[in-house]
Amino acid sequence: MNVWRAMARNPVRFVFSSWPWRSLAYLATTPLVAVLWLAVVAVLLLVGVVLAPLVVGFGVLACVPLTAVVLASVERWRLRWLDPRAAPSAHRAVPDGAGTRARVLFRLRESATWRELGYALLFSVLAAVDLMVPFAIIVGSTVAVGAPYLVANGDRIMYGSFATVDEPLEAWLTTLLGLAIALAGCYAFAALAGGRAALARALLVRAPAEELIEVRASRARLADAFEAERRRIERDLHDGAQQRLTGLIMTLGLARLDGAAPDLIDKAQAEARAALEELRDLVHGIHPSVLTDRGLAAAVDSLADRSPVPVDVDVELPERPPEPVESAAYFVVAEALANVAKHSGASLARVRIRRGDGTLLVEVQDDGGGGAEPAQGGGLQGLADRAAVHDGTLRLSSPPGGPTILRVEIPCAS
Amino acid sequence: MRIVIAEDSVLLLEGLSQILTRFGHEVVAAVTDAPSLAAAVAEHAPDAVVTDVRMPPGFRDEGLRTALALRAERPGLPVLVLSQYVEQSYAADLLQTGGGVGYLLKDRVGQVAEFIDALDRIAAGGLVIDPEVVRRLLSRRRDRSPLERLTDREREVLALMAEGLSNGAIARRLVVTEAAIVKHVGSILAKLDLPPAPDDHRRVRAVLTYLRDADDHPGT
Repeated sequence: MNVWRAMARNPVRFVFSSWPWRSLAYLATTPLVAVLWLAVVAVLLLVGVVLAPLVVGFGVLACVPLTAVVLASVERWRLRWLDPRAAPSAHRAVPDGAGTRARVLFRLRESATWRELGYALLFSVLAAVDLMVPFAIIVGSTVAVGAPYLVANGDRIMYGSFATVDEPLEAWLTTLLGLAIALAGCYAFAALAGGRAALARALLVRAPAEELIEVRASRARLADAFEAERRRIERDLHDGAQQRLTGLIMTLGLARLDGAAPDLIDKAQAEARAALEELRDLVHGIHPSVLTDRGLAAAVDSLADRSPVPVDVDVELPERPPEPVESAAYFVVAEALANVAKHSGASLARVRIRRGDGTLLVEVQDDGGGGAEPAQGGGLQGLADRAAVHDGTLRLSSPPGGPTILRVEIPCAS
Repeated sequence: MRIVIAEDSVLLLEGLSQILTRFGHEVVAAVTDAPSLAAAVAEHAPDAVVTDVRMPPGFRDEGLRTALALRAERPGLPVLVLSQYVEQSYAADLLQTGGGVGYLLKDRVGQVAEFIDALDRIAAGGLVIDPEVVRRLLSRRRDRSPLERLTDREREVLALMAEGLSNGAIARRLVVTEAAIVKHVGSILAKLDLPPAPDDHRRVRAVLTYLRDADDHPGT
């Protein structure tokens, strides 16, 4: 519910709801806020000009636009009286550890600060309207409603030269008029306050599109956190279980030299080696060290070595892409090749990786039976998800009878 | 032999030391990170080096990089690289530096006699590539390759050459006469257009072609 929707409701419910009062409270406090802000600005300007001969005065003047930042946060708070939707600030976080000077400069460089200053100036002018309209309506309706009392005391009410009320009957009619004005006033307050709220939202609140970008960024951060976690697990297994199994195999080798039950030792060694191999494949699947060490070309090559379907690899990269992009591309190829081996019936696959215009292009093609569909779930959906996390796109062409071409593009700044 | 070993896991470092000592080698230095490896080689001038790939400070491929740097600095210094993973691109880099190098999965050390044998061959200027690398290379299809000119039997022989076996050993493995192997090797060297050179050197070149070819992407 916001003030506009409240006005569209049944008039009786609206008039007796809290909305007219909230609107009035909003309008009534506007001039107070405006006067306070103008006073602070006036003081700062005065101090700044006086101190201008000393350099510090310019610093004080530079802070004047920042008062709008404070005003804006008050205004976003007041906005909540009329509009319960979230009202996030459009400012970015000041970098950690920045000094006062750096903080001031950071804010001054933001367009949000200057939008807020524009709002503050407009707001100070419009505050006069906010003061006068409710004042006129309240005084006008109160006088009109109280007309019988005034007339009974011998007063007369003059509406300019247009009408004079000085008889009881006229007075009672005027009361009705006053009530009508009060009713209309409820709508006037709400409309005026609603307009003000819309202005505040337009100039002071971060646009929804920017919120979307924020959501995407946080999704990418989450993916990066998972990636870091995978690396940690890989490292733990490498330093722990893998080394211990290798140590065990060595010790068994030494024991065999000493002539201890050769058959049993051989068997134990074979078991340990099988366990180590399984662990090695698992760890390689979690995060291959060749990707970290040597980059995408060598890692994709290593995938091709392991693929049961022969793979032609064609990777041309002038430099290594950023780590998250590299990692995403690697797992796209890994999953795509796994799909080729599992479902396509292909006899040859081809992986092509290029740096495009601000994107990394990954193409996996096979000469299999085609008919692959993301709706079948599993692999292809996972691939699309991986690409989406980094704002990438996946396109698939897989007519029945083949060939299947999978194309993933991931943006990466060069 | 006087040997320097580098391995960041103390457990494996001790195991390696024990095995080498057992076979009459002298471990002149056992270090746990890449910079110490370089320093130990400079100090002791060993007959051979055995090193891990992933080591401090960065826990990436420092061990391999140090091995390559040592080989560049002291051509012919026998180096055996051990790793939890074998990657063909790492093997190719090592082999670029010529004979007297080896690249094996760490757990091969458990086959103690074979491990010591491999180390001896490397020290004698031979090449030892882990069978796992060779197996993957063989299973991989390659177009436009001089290796396509080889017969299946010749590729088999070349794979065993990459594992560092001598003609006699290859003959025993394939259950044929050594004379037959000599013929295959001659044919392989001719098909790969290798220039005349002392025989060991040509063997290294043949294996190198084999690995480099697999590492060769059009355009890179």
